[in-house]
Amino acid sequence: MSKPGLYMDGVSVVFDGFRALNNLSLIVDPGELRAIIGPNGAGKTTMMDVITGKTRPTAGTVRFGDADLTRMDEARIANLGIGRKFQKPTVFDALTVFENLELALKAPRDPWSCLRWALGGEARKRIETVMEEIGLSARAGDPAAILSHGQRQWLEIGMLLMQDPDLLLVDEPVAGMTDQETEHTAALLRRIAGTRSVVVVEHDLEFVRALNSRVTVLHEGTLLSEGSIDTVQNDPRVIEVYLGR
Amino acid sequence: MEKRAAGQPAARTIMTRILPLLLVLLFALPAAAQDAFLDALPGLAGGFGTQAEAVERLGAGGDARALPVLRALSDSTLRKNGSTVILPDGTDAATGRPADTAGAETVRINNRVRSALRGALGRLQLVSAHADERYAAADSVFRSRSADNVAPLEAAIARESVPRVKERQQLALAASRLVAADAAVKRQGIATLGEASSEDARALLLEARAANPDMTAEIDRAVASIDSRLTFKRAAETLFQGLSLGSVLLLAALGLAITFGVMGVINMAHGEFVMLGAYTTFVVQEACRGIPWLLPWSLPLSVPAAFLVAGLAGTALERGLIRHLYGRPLETLLMTFGVGMILQQAVRLAFGAQNREVLSPAWMQGILSLPGGINITQNRLWVIVFSLLVLGLTLAAIRLTRFGLEMRAVVQNRRTAATMGIRTGRVDALTFAFGSGLAGMAGVALSQIDNVSPNLGTGYIIDSFMVVVFGGVGSLIGTLVGAMGLGVLNKVIEPWAGAVLAKVAVLVIIMLFIQRRPRGLFALKGRAAEA
Amino acid sequence: MSATTAPAGTTRGIPARQILRGAILIAILLLALLPLLNHLPADSAFRVSDFTVAVTGKWICYAVLALAIDLAWGYAGILSLGHGAFFALGGYAMGMHLMRLIGPRGVYGHPVLPDFMVFLGYRELPWYWLGFDHFPYAILMAMVVPGLLAFVVGYLSFRSRITGVYFSIITQAMTYALMLAFFRNDMGFGGNNGFTDFKQLLGVPLNTQGARAGLFYAALALLAGSLVLCRHIVGTKLGRVLVAVRDAESRVRFLGYSVTAFKLTVFVLSAVLAGLAGALYVPLVGIINPGEFAPGNSIEAVIWVAVGGRGTLIGALLGAFSVNALKTWLTSVAPDLWLFVLGGLFVAVTVFLPRGLIGLFRSAAK
Repeated sequence: MSKPGLYMDGVSVVFDGFRALNNLSLIVDPGELRAIIGPNGAGKTTMMDVITGKTRPTAGTVRFGDADLTRMDEARIANLGIGRKFQKPTVFDALTVFENLELALKAPRDPWSCLRWALGGEARKRIETVMEEIGLSARAGDPAAILSHGQRQWLEIGMLLMQDPDLLLVDEPVAGMTDQETEHTAALLRRIAGTRSVVVVEHDLEFVRALNSRVTVLHEGTLLSEGSIDTVQNDPRVIEVYLGR
Repeated sequence: MEKRAAGQPAARTIMTRILPLLLVLLFALPAAAQDAFLDALPGLAGGFGTQAEAVERLGAGGDARALPVLRALSDSTLRKNGSTVILPDGTDAATGRPADTAGAETVRINNRVRSALRGALGRLQLVSAHADERYAAADSVFRSRSADNVAPLEAAIARESVPRVKERQQLALAASRLVAADAAVKRQGIATLGEASSEDARALLLEARAANPDMTAEIDRAVASIDSRLTFKRAAETLFQGLSLGSVLLLAALGLAITFGVMGVINMAHGEFVMLGAYTTFVVQEACRGIPWLLPWSLPLSVPAAFLVAGLAGTALERGLIRHLYGRPLETLLMTFGVGMILQQAVRLAFGAQNREVLSPAWMQGILSLPGGINITQNRLWVIVFSLLVLGLTLAAIRLTRFGLEMRAVVQNRRTAATMGIRTGRVDALTFAFGSGLAGMAGVALSQIDNVSPNLGTGYIIDSFMVVVFGGVGSLIGTLVGAMGLGVLNKVIEPWAGAVLAKVAVLVIIMLFIQRRPRGLFALKGRAAEA
Repeated sequence: MSATTAPAGTTRGIPARQILRGAILIAILLLALLPLLNHLPADSAFRVSDFTVAVTGKWICYAVLALAIDLAWGYAGILSLGHGAFFALGGYAMGMHLMRLIGPRGVYGHPVLPDFMVFLGYRELPWYWLGFDHFPYAILMAMVVPGLLAFVVGYLSFRSRITGVYFSIITQAMTYALMLAFFRNDMGFGGNNGFTDFKQLLGVPLNTQGARAGLFYAALALLAGSLVLCRHIVGTKLGRVLVAVRDAESRVRFLGYSVTAFKLTVFVLSAVLAGLAGALYVPLVGIINPGEFAPGNSIEAVIWVAVGGRGTLIGALLGAFSVNALKTWLTSVAPDLWLFVLGGLFVAVTVFLPRGLIGLFRSAAK
């Protein structure tokens, strides 16, 4: 097994008596594409927070390959090869599209290296390729602040690609996108998933169906059901808590 | 920080009360005593040996007329002209009529006379009609340490009815017994001193220890017992001073806990609102001067006035400027700092840069003596009581009133609150006005223990922020614990490090504490805190 | 609230930028002329007084302080309200050197101990005074001490994610605590009075035209050097990471950058610059005392940057010079008014002019 997989076992997160995650276990194989659905407050975002080091679990194991993620901060986890796209697109407004991607590009991350960094031809080519992919080539020199909501979504996906991660966590990527863009995104994620693991949190069931992947249903911080989209949609427990009401 | 020497006004009142009394006594004295007084008096104009003898006789006579004479002698304001002894006001001490002061010279004394004076003055004052005077007398007898004092003290104790004075007299008696010739009397003295809780008693015993090698064991036991009580006393006084400082911090920080802790608005002009409150107190006091019966109540009147003034200033600041900067805390910080500057300068120009005096009403003055020799200044006690009262009112306002409910609703979810018909803008303004008003009330309290000057507030603003951050932003109970904790911590460190380094140390401790608990003692946890 | 920065690599030629750059160059050249004009005969119309040279030199030091604050605040979003402390520490390091150079010329004539130490009954120099008789050591300390303090305070704060106003208040408390400490006589830094009555520096008596000109050029060189250094930093990827930290700190973390390391780097660098500015300031004004640590000084320096326009290096310079020029003029004409005006500047620049004079200039140019 060359690429690492994600392994979560018995993870609980308690805020002031409120159990945001309750004994959650989840395994994502290397190269797998996984969709995660669940009603509001099911713990989807908290799960992402735990994996990326933003929140420390109260109990449980979180591993990525051999690395124990519960002991690392966000930056180290990111450098392990875990990239995250937020629900609300966050890009650097004051920087141009090109510069946003340049910052995300896989390269030494310490201040000294950044001070001495010179953009090589190969790096420039990679950035241009990704700009092509996300359809922002024409906007390379524009500050991110003036992009539309959909373009910001794309820019953030582009930044994820620049990071070249082994595991991508994507939170509601198609919010605010047109149908065509949604389709494009689904295709992109499917294609990426061949070489790396992708976890997608989404509300849009059409989009999840388009991903054509295993689906995990969360409810009140625990795993409710797992399987193909059809299996899940026909699971009576899922129908009760999520689809039926 | 201490405002004025606490003893000074008290001493003045004692003098004004004592003098008429003396005059009455002057005319009511029995003839026999008059003779003894007149007999002894000329001795004061003689040589040092004669003087000492005369002093002893005057002291033993118990004649109240001797008191001003001996006092003048001890202050070097007594003059003599031949054998006539002249009081500082130019009257003949023997007749009370104006004396011939031409060629008069100051009566000079030596150390022997001075020590005789101490005892004599003390003994004379032991029979004073005023309790404070008798207390002071017992004190001076205690220090003069002469076996001759035993008899007058025993007589005084028999007559004494005020417990505080009696206690002091008994101590003085014990001290006098310590130098008695009779070993049994001495032992009695040691035993009584062992029950005291003062440094003086301890020092006396240690002195006696060297002089009486045969009584070392008893003395050591007595000293040990004093030490344990002194440790307690010191701890209690440190605690009180800490709580006193803490209550000041609490008052200053409560308003911040509302505006910064609850609303998230960082108001650097908060200290200036405190200052406005203090100046309001001054203005109210000056306004009350014209109405004498109102004057003692000017301080309670200032509380609502200061709340109003600072509250209005706060409303103006919030509506006029701060609300344009919501969501930009760093800008708000800078802007309000500028407003603070303007307020300071405006007050400086209006009232002058020098300190303004705000008097304490009589009912707040004086010292409260608790058992165990613990002394507490009353105005500081009032500040503690006041701060807790204000805290209670604040909690009640937030938890029990409609305004409090709306305020909490807006804090938790502005949009939902707005959709439920709460006018969020009005709630913001009222909340800010409330927090600023609290600052004004803090100013009333601070006027009692600190100088009222234009930069009164700057000394408190950083400490107040530290209290809020230390206690946990958004928690009033955290503010209480933070303020009291920091106050006590400060006073505990102070004896070792001095006041300034104690402050520095506290700042460092807070910084290290924030490392462990970045959200303070009483942190909001969970999702609400993340937002 | 995001300030626009001029990213390197983009080739949009904005005329306004070039005008500004030209103006800066001309301004620096004009400044360089001042000490020369000071040498003209007293009756010449172009003669510049000693006072003007000294005051302008002071402003140049302030401008370096403003650059330092702008680098941390304007670019990385770290608002320090304690930069006056770094400035003062640098000043004290230089002050200690100048005190040692007084030698036996003090009032008490002690060969080694400064006057205040003789007065306070010191027998020998405290250990931390050793080495300050050497100029390079003093300059080194003027950088190391502020840098070290910034490192410790910054490390403790950034590591526990103390940001925004919390950090501002911690730094304000830091300078406040230092002020209290330096007011103490037994710290060995002259207490209340600080250091003054300096005689010479590098063998040149301080009260001469030559010394003043030398110090002036040294300050100008420091300013030019700082400007070039800051210009370079904000043009590199390091500068862009700082801007990213300012605008979306947690996103930078999720990209794998150690935000703590970046903030610490820029904060320490900024403190070192402030320390150097303080070190040159002290011989120019001839005195250093604990008043320099007053929290008001630090926050006033922040407002220079805000007035000029933060997030632009030119703005910091513009702010430092214009506000201080206004201050010098107003405190001589109407001293009572100055605090109103300064307070008003705080309000005006935050509420009405968030991008400062540079923002005004840019929108006028468009």
